[in-house]
Amino acid sequence: MSLEALLNDIPISIMVTGALVAVAGSLLGTFLVLRRASMLSDAISHSIVFGIAVVYLIFHVVSGPVQIIGAALTGVLTVFLVQSLTSTGRVKSDAAIGLVFPALFSAGVLLLNIYARDVHVDAHTVLLGEIGFVWLDTVAAFGMQIPRSLLTMAVVTLVNLAFVLLFFKELKLMSFDSGLARALGFLPGVLFYALLSLTSVTAVAAFDAVGVILFVAFVIVPPAAAYLLTDRLPLVILYACLMGIAASILGYWQAVAWNVSIGGSMALVTGYFLLAAVLLSPRYGLVAAAVRRRQNRRRLGKRAIVVHLYSHEGLDDEEQESRPQVLQEHLRWSEAQAHRSLRMSLDDGLVSFDGQRLHLTDKGRELARDILEPWQRA
Amino acid sequence: MDLAQFLSDFTVQNVLAGAILLGVSSGTLGVFAVLRGQSLLGDALSHATLPGVALGFLLTGTRNLGAITAGALVSGSLAALFVLLLVRNTRLKNDAALGSALSIFFALGVILLTYVQQSGASSQAGLDSFLFGQAAAILRSDLPLLAGLTVLLLALVLLLWKEFKLITFDPQFARTLGLPVATLETLLTMAIALAIVIGLQLVGVVLMSAMLVAPAVAARQWSRRMEGMAVSSALFGATAGVIGSLISAAGRGLSTGPLIVLTATALVIVSLLFAPERGIVWAWLRAARQGREFRRRRLLETMFGLAVDHEDPGYRIEEGMLRAAQGRGVRGDLRELERAGLVEEARHMPEEGNHWRLTGAGFESARAHVEGGGQGEEPA
Repeated sequence: MSLEALLNDIPISIMVTGALVAVAGSLLGTFLVLRRASMLSDAISHSIVFGIAVVYLIFHVVSGPVQIIGAALTGVLTVFLVQSLTSTGRVKSDAAIGLVFPALFSAGVLLLNIYARDVHVDAHTVLLGEIGFVWLDTVAAFGMQIPRSLLTMAVVTLVNLAFVLLFFKELKLMSFDSGLARALGFLPGVLFYALLSLTSVTAVAAFDAVGVILFVAFVIVPPAAAYLLTDRLPLVILYACLMGIAASILGYWQAVAWNVSIGGSMALVTGYFLLAAVLLSPRYGLVAAAVRRRQNRRRLGKRAIVVHLYSHEGLDDEEQESRPQVLQEHLRWSEAQAHRSLRMSLDDGLVSFDGQRLHLTDKGRELARDILEPWQRA
Repeated sequence: MDLAQFLSDFTVQNVLAGAILLGVSSGTLGVFAVLRGQSLLGDALSHATLPGVALGFLLTGTRNLGAITAGALVSGSLAALFVLLLVRNTRLKNDAALGSALSIFFALGVILLTYVQQSGASSQAGLDSFLFGQAAAILRSDLPLLAGLTVLLLALVLLLWKEFKLITFDPQFARTLGLPVATLETLLTMAIALAIVIGLQLVGVVLMSAMLVAPAVAARQWSRRMEGMAVSSALFGATAGVIGSLISAAGRGLSTGPLIVLTATALVIVSLLFAPERGIVWAWLRAARQGREFRRRRLLETMFGLAVDHEDPGYRIEEGMLRAAQGRGVRGDLRELERAGLVEEARHMPEEGNHWRLTGAGFESARAHVEGGGQGEEPA
């Protein structure tokens, strides 16, 4: 199959478009998550409705370079308004975000309501997107017909990729130590504005595919999930992109199976990945944490037993204190806990039992010494 | 149609009642959300009610407000729990947790929404109105439920006013007093979710969060006490609700939510600029006046210093020199001081430009100020 046929195949064009939205979003979203500014992507993606409406009313286009510039400006405007409101000292930054984007969004929706009914763009589409119809609208490029959204998203993805590769060092420094970045003269503020402008550009390129609200899922959720899987920044970005691509493919088939919104389905699959990462991440997952806690508890149990026996060894009450029944009482353990800890100590050969009382083995004594007198370690 | 006729219209009455209930409940609870720094939690919760709305629709097969409200409340609360799970048990921060909850729940809502549409059992128009809000969709039969929920909400807030206030301003202290802080915080979050649900039909899931934030921010400008803030926030909320939904009901099918939100935003802007004490305009005017006074005092002191250096109280000083000393034009300030009788124009070497000198009163005023360590009487 030729590339043109491939890109015009309906399922493939939809999945590729979704994957491009996810990759373009994750490239930027990683840094937003690290900067703790995730909700700015939500604010921006709502606000661009205003930009889309204004540009449509003036230039009668819903895509293309003018729309892109309009979006970038709207994004900058949003952040500028939020920062101005915050700097008056009368509104906290979260409340400022919560004021600015609903206002711009409302203005945009009303403009669409009044002037743009039943034409190329309406409030409903802007909100929810129509990724299922990307194959309908094609443009000629590279000597073939390519779905317009796919082409736009491919360009935006390349731009975002170039931005991240070019400024990787600066973005990294900005994310982890903004103060140092400023001290070294890297202008983290300017870079942050650039990041947010690209976020708005990506949002406007993606809105006719996935809508402005689901866009947030493609920007925030894969990086958040990836952040739970690894500590290395390049890997966070890589995993986020891979999860985004997988979400687009699985989401498409899930949507087909249930006969529901494709964009919504793709966004929901990113949620599955996040949930899986929360539960199953080897280092930060809930399951791993529970296993670690359990191991610690067991290790502690064995250590408590050998230390207890060792500290009474050779004393008058040794006989008394070495009976298994005493453990429960003196170490304040439940019966089950005492039983389990004792069993494991016996299994590990730390103690031995002669039917009457417990004896420390050489190995157990060594462990107890190591705990109590670590300075004697060879 | 004149106003009285318009207001006696059956639909308009329903809308007005709904708008007042919306404004009062979200205005009151918004105060807590804003003061506790939870403005964006409201945003996440309001988006997250969508699956509940769709599910309520799906289960009853019609636009049954009771089922929709219950569904919205459940899914909003689940989203709040999800945020809590992420923040407490993972290394994700609040912002990423909120963004994830918001978008994942909204995605689920969109899926259910399209499922309802393709099942074809019910008209999607009723459901769509929950996205942006629709005033005309409020029925007389909805009002008892909305009123009941509002009363419940206000009763809860009144009953636990002291406790809610304490966990808002000083949760540590509340803990040392032995208050069940976690329970109270959960209750407050549930109450915020309830306030969101009450307004859904008018404002819609996308914009409902603004009705928590805007009235409270506006109210903060007018009151320094939480009681006053809550009352004025409820008033602002109701005002925005009434104005926005009336325009929508009278107009040509404009979405109600955006109109209400823009009205609330206008109230915020007016409050930020013009509220007594905290108004930005008054602060600007104060700063400008202080700047002016400071400039004139410095001018007077510069002239005093030169007069002392030349051992001549009436020493004539070139205006250009004063301009250089002040780093800006001085004509206006000199004229002001002249009107106050502290300086006067002095004829001296006209080819070198204007000259000025201190009057007796000006010299005394400047000396009092300089010798008093800057504590002397104010000039002009």
